[in-house]
Amino acid sequence: MTDKITADKIPVTVLTGYLGAGKTTLLNRILSEPHGQKYAVIVNEFGEIGIDNDLIVGVDEEIFEMNNGCICCTVRGDLIRIIQGLMRRKGKFDAIIVETTGLADPAPVAQTFFVDQEIGRKAKLDAVVTVADARWLKDRLRDAPEAKNQIAFADVILINKTDLVGDADLREIEARIRAINPYARLHHTQRCAVPLAEVLHRNAFDLDRILDVEPQFLEAGDDHDHHHDHADDHHHGHDHGGLKHYHDEDMQALALKTDRALDPDKFFPWIQNLVAQEGKNILRSKGILAFKDDPKRFAFQGVHMMLDGDHQRDWRDSEKRESRLVFIGRELPESMIRKGFEECAA
Amino acid sequence: MVGAYFLGSAAVFVLGEEALLFAAGDDEPRRVGVHGGAILTAACDGERVVTGGDDGKIVSTNGDVTTVEIAADPKHRWIDHVAIAPDGTVAWSAGKDAFVQPRKSEPRKLEAPSTVGGLAFAPKGLRLAIAHYHGVTLWFPNAEAAPERLEWKGSHVDVTFSPDGRYLVTAMQEPTLHGWRLVDGKHMRMSGYSAKVRSMAWTADHKALATSGAPQLIVWPFQGKDGPMGKQPRMLAPAEHQVSMVACHPQKEVTAVGYEDGLALLVRMSDGAEVLARRPGGSPVSALAWDSAGTTLAFGTEDGEAGVINLS
Repeated sequence: MTDKITADKIPVTVLTGYLGAGKTTLLNRILSEPHGQKYAVIVNEFGEIGIDNDLIVGVDEEIFEMNNGCICCTVRGDLIRIIQGLMRRKGKFDAIIVETTGLADPAPVAQTFFVDQEIGRKAKLDAVVTVADARWLKDRLRDAPEAKNQIAFADVILINKTDLVGDADLREIEARIRAINPYARLHHTQRCAVPLAEVLHRNAFDLDRILDVEPQFLEAGDDHDHHHDHADDHHHGHDHGGLKHYHDEDMQALALKTDRALDPDKFFPWIQNLVAQEGKNILRSKGILAFKDDPKRFAFQGVHMMLDGDHQRDWRDSEKRESRLVFIGRELPESMIRKGFEECAA
Repeated sequence: MVGAYFLGSAAVFVLGEEALLFAAGDDEPRRVGVHGGAILTAACDGERVVTGGDDGKIVSTNGDVTTVEIAADPKHRWIDHVAIAPDGTVAWSAGKDAFVQPRKSEPRKLEAPSTVGGLAFAPKGLRLAIAHYHGVTLWFPNAEAAPERLEWKGSHVDVTFSPDGRYLVTAMQEPTLHGWRLVDGKHMRMSGYSAKVRSMAWTADHKALATSGAPQLIVWPFQGKDGPMGKQPRMLAPAEHQVSMVACHPQKEVTAVGYEDGLALLVRMSDGAEVLARRPGGSPVSALAWDSAGTTLAFGTEDGEAGVINLS
C-alpha cells in the first residue's frame, strides 16, 4: 500500500500545543541551536517567531473537506500548496517543521500526508510533537477538546514549565496524559529545554517503528491499592506503585494482543469496517500483525478513517509472533472491538 | 522544472529556483536570473514568459532576454499563480488575493473566499476565472459588476477555459475534474482518475481536452452542444506509470505525453499510435512544450533534466 521510496523523502515534524504552552519557545530553540541542520518552518500567520529566515513561511490554516465519502476526512489545503512550493528548493533544507495554531486539531495535518499523493511521495510525517503546559494542562483537558486531541495524537509530549508545579502535581499530570496516550514519549522541560534529537527525526510514523515503545502505563503491573480519588468529578485514579492511574472519561487507549495467527481475509474487512463505522472517534490506530503462513510482519497505522499499511521484515526466530493493536479515541466500543478482533484469528 | 515554453525559436525552461534557461540552436544555453528564491508558477503567451516566485515578485521575460518586474507583493507573500490574457494583461495571486495588472493602468485586486488554487483568462474579453475552495469566481476586472460564483463542493486546484469560451473546467484535490457549461451553469463531472490531475491541454482543433491523472492519456470530447456530458473519455497510450504532463501539438492531432518515470511519447489522437520521444529514466516529466511550428518539442523533468527534440 505504501511505496518503498522513502530514502529522499523530507521528514515533517508537526508541532502542536495549546495556546501559551511554549511552542514558539521550542521553535526558537530549534532554529537557533547549533545542530548543523536546516529547517523550513511553516508557521501560522499569527505566530510570533522572532527569527528572520527565508525558509520560514507564514500560512493561514485552511481545512478542506475531501469528497471521498469519508465524513471526517479533512486536509490542510495550505500545507499542500506550501510543501509543493518548498520542494522546489529541495536540497536547501533537511526537514520541515509545521507549527499549528493552539486550537488546531492535528488530524487534518496528519491526514494531508495520507491523502495527497504528491505530498506523500515527497515528504513523510516524522512525528507529532505536543508541548503541554504543566500548570494548565489539567484544566485544558477538562474544558478544551483541542488540548485533549493534541495529547492523543502526540508521538512526543513535552510537559513544559515544570518549574511552576510541584512533584505531586507533575506526577498527576503525567498520569492524566498516560490515561489518554500511553504510547507517547514524555519529557519534563523548562523553557522547552530538551535535546533536539528527542523531538526531531523521530521516525514515529515510520511503519518499521510502530509499537516499538512499550506502553509504560499498561505494563505498570496490576498490584494496585485502590485509593480512589474523587476530588475531581471527571476522573478517578488509583495508585500503581507510585504511578497514579487515571481513566479519562471520554478518551482512551485500547490495546489488543493475541498470539493466535490472524487471517488476513478476516482482519482487513474487519478493520476497514471498524474505521468506516467508528473512524470519527478513533483518532489514531497502530498495529503489528502476524498473519497465518506469512513470514513477514505486517504493520499499519491510521488516522481516523485513513489506514496505511505494508509488509515489513521477516519475523525473527527470537521474536514472539504476536499481533498487537492500539486504538486511541473517544468512547471506543471496547467489547465490540475486542470481540471483532478475536474473530479475526485464522 | 516548473515549465517549458518557446519564445520564437528559443526553448525557455523555467527552473525550480531563481532562473530561466534559454536554449536556442546549438549555442550554450543562457541562464537568466529572475527571482530571489523558488519559482512557483509560470505562464507564456508566445511573446513573454511571466513567472511568480516565493520572493513575492512577478517578473516578465521577453524573447530578447530582457526582464521586467511587473509587481512585487508588499508583504513578500508567495506568488502562487500567474496567467496572461489575450490582450497581454497579467494576473497573479498571493494567498486569497487575485490581482490583475492591465498594461496601462493600476492593478486591481479581488479577494477570493479562500486561497486561490488556479487562474485562467477567458479566450475573449478581459475575464478571469479564479479557482478556490468550493468553486470558481468569474471576474470582469474592468467592470463594476459583482463577480459571478460557480459553486461545486471541494478544493479546486487548477482551472482552464475551453478555447471557444463555452466551458470552464477545474482540476480538484480529489482525482477528478469538474466542469461548467457557462451559458447555463450546467455541471459536468469528469471522474475516474487514479491521481490528481496536474496537467490539462486543449487539442489543436479545440474539440478535446487532454489530461494527466491516470497511467494513460485521458481525452475528453468537447464537440457537440453538450461537451463531455454523458460521454466517456478516450484512453490512449497506456503505460506502467502515471501520466504527469501533456502538451498538444499546435496544428496536428498529436499530443506529447510525459510520464512519472521520465518516459515521453508522441501520441496520434486518431488511432493512439505512439512514437518514443524520450526513454524512461530519472524523475517525472514536469514540463513539455511545442514550438509554434510543431517541429520541436522541449521537455523537462522534476529534478531539472531538460532537452529539446527536433522532430522535423
